[in-house]
Amino acid sequence: MKRWTLWVPLALFALFIGVAAYQLTQPKDEFIASTMIGEPLPEFDLRAASLDRPALKTGDLRDGKPRLLNVFASWCIPCIAEAPHLETLRRQGVDIVAVAIRDRPQDVARFLANYGNPYSRIGADDLSEVQLAIGSSGVPETFVVDGQGIIRYQHIGDIRASDVPLLMQKLAEAQ
Amino acid sequence: MIAELGLAALWLAAALAVLQLVAGALSQRQGAEELAALVRPAAIVQGLVAAFAFLMLLVLFAQTDLSVKLVAMNSHSDKPMIFKLSGAFGNHEGSMLLWITVMALAGSLIAAVERRLPEKTMLATLAAQAFVGVGFYAFLLLSSNPFERLPVPALEGMGLNPLLQDIGLVFHPPTLYIGYVGLSVAFSFAVGALLTRQVTPDFARAMRPWVLGAWIFLTLGITAGSYWAYYELGWGGWWFWDPVENASLMPWLAATALLHSASVLASRDALRTWTIMLGVVAFSMSMVGTFLVRSGILTSVHAFAVDPERGTFILGLLVIYIGGALLLFGLRAGTVSEGTRFSVTSREGALVFNNVMLTALLGIVLLGTLYPLFTEAFDVRVSVGPPYFNPVGAIFVVPMLIVMAVGPLLRWRKDSLARIRLPLLIIGGATLAALVLISLLTSIAILPFLGLVLAVGLGIGSFMPIRGRKLRLLPIATWGMMVAHFGIAVALFGMASESAFSEETLAAVEVGGSADVGPWNIVLTEVSPTAGPNWTALEGRLLASYDGGTAIAVTPQSRNFWAPPQETTESALATRWNGQLYAVIGREAGEGRWQLRLWWKPFVTFIWYGGVLVALGGVLALIGRVMADLKRRAIKSRGAIRRAETAA
Amino acid sequence: MSVSRSLLVTFSALLAMVAMPAAAQDSLPPAPYAYNQLADPEQEAVAQDLMETLRCLKCQSQSIADSDAPMAGDMRHQVRTRIEMGEEPEAIRAWLVARYGDYVSYAPTVSETTWPLFAVPLLLILLAAIILWRRLRART
Repeated sequence: MKRWTLWVPLALFALFIGVAAYQLTQPKDEFIASTMIGEPLPEFDLRAASLDRPALKTGDLRDGKPRLLNVFASWCIPCIAEAPHLETLRRQGVDIVAVAIRDRPQDVARFLANYGNPYSRIGADDLSEVQLAIGSSGVPETFVVDGQGIIRYQHIGDIRASDVPLLMQKLAEAQ
Repeated sequence: MIAELGLAALWLAAALAVLQLVAGALSQRQGAEELAALVRPAAIVQGLVAAFAFLMLLVLFAQTDLSVKLVAMNSHSDKPMIFKLSGAFGNHEGSMLLWITVMALAGSLIAAVERRLPEKTMLATLAAQAFVGVGFYAFLLLSSNPFERLPVPALEGMGLNPLLQDIGLVFHPPTLYIGYVGLSVAFSFAVGALLTRQVTPDFARAMRPWVLGAWIFLTLGITAGSYWAYYELGWGGWWFWDPVENASLMPWLAATALLHSASVLASRDALRTWTIMLGVVAFSMSMVGTFLVRSGILTSVHAFAVDPERGTFILGLLVIYIGGALLLFGLRAGTVSEGTRFSVTSREGALVFNNVMLTALLGIVLLGTLYPLFTEAFDVRVSVGPPYFNPVGAIFVVPMLIVMAVGPLLRWRKDSLARIRLPLLIIGGATLAALVLISLLTSIAILPFLGLVLAVGLGIGSFMPIRGRKLRLLPIATWGMMVAHFGIAVALFGMASESAFSEETLAAVEVGGSADVGPWNIVLTEVSPTAGPNWTALEGRLLASYDGGTAIAVTPQSRNFWAPPQETTESALATRWNGQLYAVIGREAGEGRWQLRLWWKPFVTFIWYGGVLVALGGVLALIGRVMADLKRRAIKSRGAIRRAETAA
Repeated sequence: MSVSRSLLVTFSALLAMVAMPAAAQDSLPPAPYAYNQLADPEQEAVAQDLMETLRCLKCQSQSIADSDAPMAGDMRHQVRTRIEMGEEPEAIRAWLVARYGDYVSYAPTVSETTWPLFAVPLLLILLAAIILWRRLRART
């Protein structure tokens, strides 16, 4: 065996160690981001998920005004945590529409009664079709959609207080 | 008290490992007899003390001592005793303790039993074994203490993951660990040989039974794990190229290559460098596997409690041990002279070919497993799974199987295909017949097709060495080889058949209704509640009849555990000689109908029968080698006595 | 590591070990084609082959064919519905990849991020050939 080939295993090992060491320093990122950023929303027409808010279809998001699209569900625990921050955003003048994933009307109503209702429209996505079509992989997620119905930004996970200014900024950029 | 005893024993074992290391290392330099005399006893006592520590852990779990943190987090008083005990190693700390115990016991065994190597090499080997042990003792004691107490005892334990509360947990981890960690012996032998520049046929002959032993357990462990996942996870899959599954396959591939390479080194004094490298690589794969599973950097259904801190510690150990061994390899292996030459058509040639194929396959599995890790460093996420591993692996496996069918028939050093043309014709003929028949009678994808055809060829080929030899005079080790190779053929047949001929039916069936899958007709006769020690369930009673024959009852369950709260499906299996019916009952699908998932998997059991046969072949080979070795030693000692008598 | 943090880590790891989380469960029934096969066995076979190569996004490491997660069921529903309507499997895969990236597909595609996966086997074949050629050149 040639001398230099004897060092190949060590070299490969060093490469592995480098990558592994680097990865250990990175926070564990379980999220799968949507690749639809910059793409237009798919066409959809969902029935109303709750009695006191109108239904949601793509046309509602193409009226020239940027807004937030919140993907949530009554059975989603972190959605409870983000409810107050959504309310904060609404009070700052942000229009928030929602897609409720796999939810019965009575469960949605109960959730909204308990934790507040910041939404202007709520669509019921019983088969996760819209969720799949926009590249959302779980609840809760929030999308910034501009006035032409194009997805501009995705926030995965519940919204914390520290995320509110960032979302406001993304909305401003979407004008 | 017991926890403290266990912890004290662990510290003592660690101290003995340090002693073993220091004494073994220093005795290399000066030939200091006092130090040298300490090494073997240190190794033996270390193993016993570590085993005692592990025993203490078992006692703690048996008693459900909730003042110990590990028990509180992983056990529950309602659990059946067998799962209380096996739950001791169903978690990170407990399994690490099992790891170190097996390692220490392996060291004890070498120290007690191994007499075939020059003493200096033995001491270097034991020192290397202790060197690796010290790192893992440190890991346990400093960052993964299994005996840690809670400041206030818990009121009740958090329970064991219901998926683990199964007989599989009793078999799979221990056999796997004896396999993984048993390979540390090969690692230590390789390092010892490199340090003392003693890479000889004697070294290979000494190492071979240890590798065989570890390899047998690893084969059984992987087979058990596959079968366990198959019936436990409820979807009938037996291998998914999941990172942790690969973590067990990679040492196995390296160990298989090592076995064959050591064979060549032992018989023909060739492939020295290759054998040493494989000895280092095999245990390195075990350690890399441990790292991948416990550091959390790879996504897997299997991963233990993830903690980057621990991951960093293990990574440090890898750098020291694998890096050190590979450094030593780079420095010293060049001075290892190559042995005798051989021609292409010879047994060595076939073994070299297959070794290269196995190593390439190992490289592929390693690449595919680590690739998502590599790309994540660049913020790209990819998925590498069966659609990659199966075809790419096949590139190397198919030629390997062909050579495997014929290789054992070749003679050492130099042979010709013309000499074995009759068995070649038989094997070739059978393979061709299978090829024609299968392509005429079925229409299946190319990979399963190749699998079936090659399984026939290899199955026939594996018993060809019997030709022209008296059965009773055939060495046991040769029987071992034939049985193991035949086992591969059987397993391959099962894999290909399951892939090609499985049928599935999903049906929403009301009580009294029926569904069909393959040649089976299944009637759902009732769905009733039932309960166990720590679960309640809905049990479906299905009457299944094969091809209109007598009906047999199968009872799949949908279980609800309460500690921790979780739903699992317990599949029901009906096994025939030609396959398995696999039935799962799911949720109620409305209108009093129940969701049934039914599979008919022809010859799927051959996969695990094959695995067991492979391990059995290994056992026969081991027995054969050990007996041959004992005989040789007896002859040598008788010869020595006779010489002494004639000299006197 | 503090007791509570390690408890949390272990508990979440235990939870993460299963495809069906106990905490969050929706109350709607599964999608129609989540647990029902297509009527045409050939179409079902095509759908099944595709589903075995698509990754479940909510599971640790499973295909959508092997998972009980509701979202996996919804993805199976999408696949079967589209196959029934005559869509090509590769078009369905492309549709999903356009939304989630390569992560969602287990099928290997050659791209600027995955080319080593194919280059290395070729390299290994080359290496194997070289090693074998050098070792096994006829010499007695």
